[in-house]
Amino acid sequence: MTQGQLDRLKRVMWVLSLSILAIPFVFPFLWMVSSGFKSATEIFGQPSLIPRVWRWTNFVEVFEYQPFARQYFNSLYIAGLVTVLTLILSSLAGYALARMRFAGAGLLMLFLVSALMVPEEVTIIPNFFLMRWLGLMDTHGPLVLLPVFGPHGVMATFLMRQYFVALPKELEEAGRMDGLSRLGIWWKIALPMSRPALAAVAIITFLFSWNLFLEPLVFLSSLKKFTLPLALANFTDAYGLPLWHLQLAATSLAVVPILIVYLIAQRQIIESFAMSGVKG
Amino acid sequence: MAAADDIEAMARRARVPWLTLKRREAIEAWLFVSPTLIGFLIFFLGPLIAVVIYSMSEWNLLSGEQIFVGVANYRDALTENPDFWHVIRNSVIFAIGLVPMNMALALTLAISLSRPRRGVVFFRTVFFAPVVTSAVAWAIVWKFLLQGEGGTVNQLLALVGIDGPNWLREPDWAMAAVIVTRVIKMVGLNMILYIAALQAIPRDYEEAARLEGATGWQVFRMVTWPLLAPTTLIIMVITTIGSFKVFDHIYLMTGGGPENGTLVLAFYVYEQAFEFFNVGYASALAMIMFVIVLVLTIVQLLLRQKGAT
Repeated sequence: MTQGQLDRLKRVMWVLSLSILAIPFVFPFLWMVSSGFKSATEIFGQPSLIPRVWRWTNFVEVFEYQPFARQYFNSLYIAGLVTVLTLILSSLAGYALARMRFAGAGLLMLFLVSALMVPEEVTIIPNFFLMRWLGLMDTHGPLVLLPVFGPHGVMATFLMRQYFVALPKELEEAGRMDGLSRLGIWWKIALPMSRPALAAVAIITFLFSWNLFLEPLVFLSSLKKFTLPLALANFTDAYGLPLWHLQLAATSLAVVPILIVYLIAQRQIIESFAMSGVKG
Repeated sequence: MAAADDIEAMARRARVPWLTLKRREAIEAWLFVSPTLIGFLIFFLGPLIAVVIYSMSEWNLLSGEQIFVGVANYRDALTENPDFWHVIRNSVIFAIGLVPMNMALALTLAISLSRPRRGVVFFRTVFFAPVVTSAVAWAIVWKFLLQGEGGTVNQLLALVGIDGPNWLREPDWAMAAVIVTRVIKMVGLNMILYIAALQAIPRDYEEAARLEGATGWQVFRMVTWPLLAPTTLIIMVITTIGSFKVFDHIYLMTGGGPENGTLVLAFYVYEQAFEFFNVGYASALAMIMFVIVLVLTIVQLLLRQKGAT
């Protein structure tokens, strides 16, 4: 065998083995979408990736079964709000931790970093009573407050701090000469220079909020207030058994837009997760 | 810069004597961090302290009474309630099953996908896709695929003559199914962390080893693997902690069942607190969970320091 043939063989083996490994990663998505188009009976018939009869009505029923459009909107606006608030607060605090000298900064860092080790399940019980006391039960308040101020917010603050620390100081000093206040320097100089970090925080925060499940489960009770993950889990019949064709149609509606955005911006999105590094 | 500061400082001092530039900066800095800090105190540190107090109370929401009982809830968990050790056992099995599988697969994928060549971006995108997908959607689809009769996985197995089990209804299979589907969901994250680490290794190291006549495996064993050690430890910490926190996956795929076969710690805390309303007991469980995660983190950080010297 010549070197060229050997290389070609290696390449074929590489593609083949990775393609086989990729099956359980891709297959669920394909099957989800295809089953979303099947009737309740066909779903359990002969397995076929292409539905025999395309039932578009599943996607109409999804909206009739529960206020799915409203729930979709809830998820969107909550994730948007959480993202904007996290961006502002984490970049403010991150900037101070990176650039400004003040007594207690080291201690504050240590204090905040300890939060990264604490699972949400640990603080959710007292938070339940806190939110009840604040009158925020069955509202979207907890779904905004807890991600913004909890471990996720702290993680975002650190990500921003790390980025600010590595930025050159010269521009900021020039800004100060021009009489800009600290707030002005942060807004007009530091933030425009940290677009990659801001984008990373925005991406992981949006997905974090979008995919949140425990908090909605604990704090929400009325259908109209549900977010998508909670709504998806809720496509069941009177016996609590899943209505698979509706559930999978709804799940497709929730997942496919995210996947499309992911496919378009995959490099940026994957880098954002690599930057955060601490999620999991 | 120094000159400008001095002028400003002098100007300040003239007006408000105590407000030196240094103090001014400190005050501004605290203002910058205060929204984050105040929220953190209210919604994180406060609750963290509260959960310690709750854990020492007998508090059933249905009866509404809260009595101080000291360590009774902990004693109850550790010595009396047979569920507790069963749950710990499940959590440990889950971690032992998940962490090595996740890391081995992540490293394998990373090695295959760290060098630029045609197809790399495609495969990376594919293996990472479940990470951006919601755990709820992922769990729903896999629950559907893994049904006993008429489940797609079993239908496909039947085509090659294998009679698949009722995956999520038999305790051992359910545990295995939850672990494997969780690995597929999360492995992409560790894969990219490993790819970043691999790409940071200078190519000369490996080439030098090759010139000395080392085989591919020897290069990996003697050069690549030791250089990856810090990354491996970080990934191990994150993945182990993540495995103890797994909740939505279990909630949706098995609900802790069958026969409590997949009842893991995070789910047990939720169930005790929000389904049975045993607030005191659930808080003690939450504290135990906190301690486990803390100990794991510290042990692995110590290992890391030892590895560094």
